Amino acid sequence: MSSSGTHIRTPLARVRGHGSAKSGTTHFWHQRVTAIAGVPLTIAAIIILIMLLGRNQAAAAQILGSPPIAIIMLLFLASTCIHMRIGMAVIIEDYVHDETAKLALLMANTFFTVVVGLSAAYGILKLSFGL
Amino acid sequence: MAETKARAVRPLSPHLQIYRPMLTMVMSIVHRITGFGLYFGMILVAWWFIAAGGPNGYARFEWFIGSWIGRLILFGYTWALVHHMLGGIRHLIWDTGHGLGPNEREWLVAANLIGSIVITVILWIIGLLAMGGSS
Repeated sequence: MSSSGTHIRTPLARVRGHGSAKSGTTHFWHQRVTAIAGVPLTIAAIIILIMLLGRNQAAAAQILGSPPIAIIMLLFLASTCIHMRIGMAVIIEDYVHDETAKLALLMANTFFTVVVGLSAAYGILKLSFGL
Repeated sequence: MAETKARAVRPLSPHLQIYRPMLTMVMSIVHRITGFGLYFGMILVAWWFIAAGGPNGYARFEWFIGSWIGRLILFGYTWALVHHMLGGIRHLIWDTGHGLGPNEREWLVAANLIGSIVITVILWIIGLLAMGGSS
């Protein structure tokens, strides 16, 4: 970096010409891929969840564990949790300006989405494999 | 990460509070709020799927989801899903550069709002009809 007179140059001028990090559109693109995947998966997931209402545990387990429904639910979970992680990261980056708090929340965001997604997927796989 | 220590005091662009609320703006905020809510709604889904593994756990879950508050949360969750999904489609249309005219964008947000309620009710009717089969 330049020696002393950094105060004169604006932050924009300092980064200009260094090239991008080459990952600027990754989140944008992933958010749209998971959004489009989410349209049919969400509609299916809502109908399946409502179908479960009023059924006992054995019937619910049978429905959720059946191969087509289990696969739909696993896809729904994967797509949605990736979408959730990116979306919440954007919210955190928009509103949390303290660097430490922001990093902590971004990390917590990753932990939450992985834990909740894998837990739900574990529940489905357990039913599907009849364990 | 290159945090600049001495940030020049420059004027900031005006934010939400100085604008008169418009439908497009309110729906943009609602899109974010529904996304935020759905994030935590996934806990309910995870609980549901794990509870289905055994009768005791499922009895607890059924007690919750069968209560009026549980039903309200589930209905709210499904409405938020549909609303956020339609909002997403709206944004995908806007991504292509279409539907940004004054009348078109108003029409799109109105369709988003009305559509979310209509589709949620239709999905519940389909789901509840399918439910009537056994049980």
